[in-house]
Amino acid sequence: MFNSNPNYNSSPFEGEVRIPSGCAVSAIINRSGKPMTGEKIIRSISTMHDRSNGLGGGFAGYGIYPDYKEYYAFHLFFNDFQAKKATEDFIITHFEIVYSSEMKTRKVKGIGNEPLIYRYFLYPLSKRLTNSLMDEEQYVVKCVNKINAEINGAFVFSSGKNMGIFKGVGYPEEIGKFYLLDEEYQGYAWTAHGRYPTNTPGWWGGAHPFGLLDYSIVHNGEISSYDANRRYIEMFGYKCSLQTDTEVITYIIDYLIRVKKLTLQEIAKVISASFWSTIEEKSEEEKRKEIFLRKAFPSLLINGPFSIIFGFSGGIMALNDRLKLRSMVCAEKGDFAFISSEECGIRVIEPKLDKIFSPSGGQPVIYTLKEGGTL
Amino acid sequence: MNINIDEKTDFQLLNRRIRGVEDKNIVINGCVGQRYIATGLSDKKLLINGTPGNALGSYLNGGEVTVYGNAQDATGDTMNSGMIVIHGNAGDATGYAMRGGKIYIKGNTGYRAGIHMKAYMDFKPIIVVGGRAGSFLGEYQAGGIIVVLGQNDDGLPIINNFCGTGMHGGKIYLRCDKLPHAIPSQIRVEKVKGSEVEELKSIIEDYCSYFKELNAEYLLNADFLSLFPDVDNPYKRMYTNN
Repeated sequence: MFNSNPNYNSSPFEGEVRIPSGCAVSAIINRSGKPMTGEKIIRSISTMHDRSNGLGGGFAGYGIYPDYKEYYAFHLFFNDFQAKKATEDFIITHFEIVYSSEMKTRKVKGIGNEPLIYRYFLYPLSKRLTNSLMDEEQYVVKCVNKINAEINGAFVFSSGKNMGIFKGVGYPEEIGKFYLLDEEYQGYAWTAHGRYPTNTPGWWGGAHPFGLLDYSIVHNGEISSYDANRRYIEMFGYKCSLQTDTEVITYIIDYLIRVKKLTLQEIAKVISASFWSTIEEKSEEEKRKEIFLRKAFPSLLINGPFSIIFGFSGGIMALNDRLKLRSMVCAEKGDFAFISSEECGIRVIEPKLDKIFSPSGGQPVIYTLKEGGTL
Repeated sequence: MNINIDEKTDFQLLNRRIRGVEDKNIVINGCVGQRYIATGLSDKKLLINGTPGNALGSYLNGGEVTVYGNAQDATGDTMNSGMIVIHGNAGDATGYAMRGGKIYIKGNTGYRAGIHMKAYMDFKPIIVVGGRAGSFLGEYQAGGIIVVLGQNDDGLPIINNFCGTGMHGGKIYLRCDKLPHAIPSQIRVEKVKGSEVEELKSIIEDYCSYFKELNAEYLLNADFLSLFPDVDNPYKRMYTNN
């Protein structure tokens, strides 16, 4: 758990005050699964530099750990070695540590005050898992929640298989270079975020993407329904430890996919549901479906302006709020598909496109691997 | 004069350069997301190759901006006079609070085109969209004219939801004979023949003079729906209880 500590930090952490934000989002996928370094996604997000203010940037890469793809890759921030020790004591009683190391980073101008950053490839201890009476993913989620909520100064910011989140305080292009994404990692899909919080210093864990298992979210917007959403989702064992809206979206999507087994299209109709007047104009079949979803999950409707990119093993999804109060552009070129807050974030890496369009509010755009996507 | 730029060119530097040069004709090549291009300009002719950033031609006060490519969001924000011609699509909130001048788009426009558009004395803004428009077209429109021609080839309807919500002045012409979505009860709809409405004729002929591949006669030879506020049932309480 991270809280502001009056002893060495007089500024409040976020969650302790409200933060309206601007932000930029961007994503690329190669649908044939061909790996690419983080160089393109860094170029894409840095073209929208003016949408962020240097207080948060981050990336999620998919397919980046092929040699360890069977294991959960935990990325952790620690305030100090005491937090590291406490966390490792917890980890060894719950997981087998296949490999662990400090995350490789390089000095970049503009990046400072970084926490300790470590990576662990883990496998649940079979006896603990069996005794827990949970399935494997549920067990991992529970452990992540426990570390984040109960160990002071420790934060798991990535916990999926064959994917990883890299984030921190700085402009996204600086963060990308800090983690050596342009050299060290190759993935078939990347998402990125540039942040613009205005009221607090921003902190490393509060940057996007937010992740749980292999799900990741980057988000531009503000959620006015945050408390209603949080109260509902916390009934199912999730702990919103950061009090930021992006965290709650991550849990909502995890709950709807993993627990409720909804499809991505159905999830879009829950969190960005059509207005009743719009549903009224639809065909009987669609009307029946949309009314059912609105009635089944009324507390998971997300209100307020947002554009999000949801990353998962095998694909990416773009979604706007139903009034489309944030910008979003999608494009395709050969095996590549792109999503960006602004068209310039796509044109800079691919000037000639086969297709470019702006999705409507509430209309999900989903790009998956041609073969082998898990959803 | 030619100004060649790339992704590293800062928008402030670019705009300072545009304002600083004596030459009235400027061509910008390699534009990729630079914001506020031509903001407040009144006497220059700009030709942009690439993708200009948000708020292109905001507060434009004369002159002409032509884009070979797509424009992003808030094109012509609070524009006063002059001309913006886009040989592609324009993003959301095109012509936001525009109060004079013209925006001609060959392709589609996004959500909220013409939101808060207004007119005053001789100032009468005009937006013409060759393709289709997104939801909330003409939201809170108070004056001026919006024309949508529906020449898009993606199979989507000419307008999306909530067209004319809060509209209390001006006019919207849609080149179709049936509304694809419901509109508010405070808006009246009349079917007119394009070639028989003088106002529409002069707008479309002027529009086609900028896009040589389009034919004004063909475009006018069709039914249009004319949308305007119903004076007998106006919006009274959109914002407050006054």
